[in-house]
Amino acid sequence: MADAVPPVAMTGDDALLDYLLRLGDSDVVLAQRLGEWVGHGPVLEEDIALTNVGLDLLGQGRMWLTYAGEVEARSCGRGRSEDQLAFLRDGGAYRNLQLVELPNGDFAATMVRQFYFDHMHLSLLRALTGSADARVAEIAAKAVKEVAYHVERSDDWVIRLGDGTSESHMRMQQAVDRLWPYTGEMFAVDAIESALIETGIAADASALREPWLAAIDAVLAEATLTPPTGEWMQGAHGRGGKQGIHTEHLGHLLAELQFLQRAYPGAQW
Amino acid sequence: MYAQLVDTGTSKLRSLADMSPEERAFQQRIDADVKVEAKDWMPDAYRRTLVRQIQQHAHSEIVGMLPEGNWITRAPTLKRKAILMAKVQDEGGHGLYLYAAAETLGVSRDQLIDDLHAGRVKYSSIFNYPTLTWADVGAIGWLVDGAAIMNQIPLCRCSYGPYARAMVRICKEESFHQRQGYDIMLALCNGTTEQKALAQDALNRWWWPSLMMFGPPDADSVHSAQSAQWKIKLLSNDELRQRFVDQTVPQADHLGITMPDADLKWDAERGHYDFGAIDWSEFQNVLKGNGPCNRERLAARVKAWDDGAWVREAAVAHAAKRAKDRGDRHVH
Repeated sequence: MADAVPPVAMTGDDALLDYLLRLGDSDVVLAQRLGEWVGHGPVLEEDIALTNVGLDLLGQGRMWLTYAGEVEARSCGRGRSEDQLAFLRDGGAYRNLQLVELPNGDFAATMVRQFYFDHMHLSLLRALTGSADARVAEIAAKAVKEVAYHVERSDDWVIRLGDGTSESHMRMQQAVDRLWPYTGEMFAVDAIESALIETGIAADASALREPWLAAIDAVLAEATLTPPTGEWMQGAHGRGGKQGIHTEHLGHLLAELQFLQRAYPGAQW
Repeated sequence: MYAQLVDTGTSKLRSLADMSPEERAFQQRIDADVKVEAKDWMPDAYRRTLVRQIQQHAHSEIVGMLPEGNWITRAPTLKRKAILMAKVQDEGGHGLYLYAAAETLGVSRDQLIDDLHAGRVKYSSIFNYPTLTWADVGAIGWLVDGAAIMNQIPLCRCSYGPYARAMVRICKEESFHQRQGYDIMLALCNGTTEQKALAQDALNRWWWPSLMMFGPPDADSVHSAQSAQWKIKLLSNDELRQRFVDQTVPQADHLGITMPDADLKWDAERGHYDFGAIDWSEFQNVLKGNGPCNRERLAARVKAWDDGAWVREAAVAHAAKRAKDRGDRHVH
């Protein structure tokens, strides 16, 4: 895949660009998945609420990608717009976590994916509100309020469905176990992130893992669900979504997302 | 307006003299523009008709999420995607207000949804047409929401308070929806030759079905007189249709695309546009279930509902456990 593994010794604006794509792409890809639910939710209120979360993430993704384009312009004289970044990059240039590109599955899988992501997302954004980069801090501060609500909502559903009926419990336990190996990547730090952590721009994701585990475990306990113990993590060894290595699912997602821009090159919409 | 052919259960209008004292008092209040509220006495036929009308409208909002939702994952820009998601979400919200308005008349949302899934109650014929291109999303906003507003603005003054108030909120959002649809069309018509062709093609497919949204001609509209007397229908189908044509033709001119109607022309004497004959056999066929998407739309709704059954059951079971826990704590 083209652009799959970025150079290890990336620094300065190049590293920042890559980091912003990691933040923005995860938001856009997860929003795309949530968009698939619209009109098909289990109950009208949830249809609306899932769309709300999707809209929040899409808005945040747009802010990250817009800033990424500005950083790109600063570093090489020509920056891409949010749409050029979202619609005209192939999968290998996407930097989102593998977790968020996984298919929706049933409502249990959708909510567990959201639950794992939201808890990491909130603590990451909280840390980024103190970023040495003023724009990063500003975007994080806007997003953090929305994501605090996402966490509440995800916790609520994990508890209700985990401690609901035997069927809902079984579906939730399966989702919790099946998605678990995709959580490690969220806390893996590679050379690009290390360089940005040193300059105070990026948050140290590895430091977020313990508090994340504690928060997840507490909710799972209340939900009467068993925390997974598997140690193998997909994409956590410098060869994951953040480095442009994805699951088979991203290509299909992008084919749909990018269809019009690809079929009508250069058109304005 | 998404209610078509609402059965009033009455065959002819009655004068005040033919009414019971209760009915007469009710009709006099309506004539004096006093709103009917949920707890007021009302004739059974009025209640039943309103339930049917509001529920058709609510179902139309929910089924209407599907054709546009079909393009959320393929919207051409992130901004368009966000706007479309917000719009379809609004439609879900409209469904909620309307189900709530219907519930004030003594029916439950589950019952109403059951009626939809069993095919006992219709939704607007328009949502049985497919969205084949992005331009269809524009055409729906422009034409379908435009037609809906035309019908719904008078309903803000309808006799039943909870329905009228829901309509006020809905109309505000619908006018935003119409603008976003027109904006999509404008971008396409100012775009490449291919884009403009998409816009023309969408207009060709959506124009006649949009005119059918207003329901059959007044001469064939058997229940309109009763609904008018009750003030749950304030303008006739043909009046509203004419208003819609008059408003929309100049908008198409501005876009530089043409209505697919060779007979369309300005009639200076009438001060209105004349337009060609509507193919009412197509309308009747779509109502019977033979539109291009009737089966798919209903199947999608039924599937969402059935797939979500375990979620709803779990939420109920969990709430019951929590309530029991609280009860147990009180006992100790």
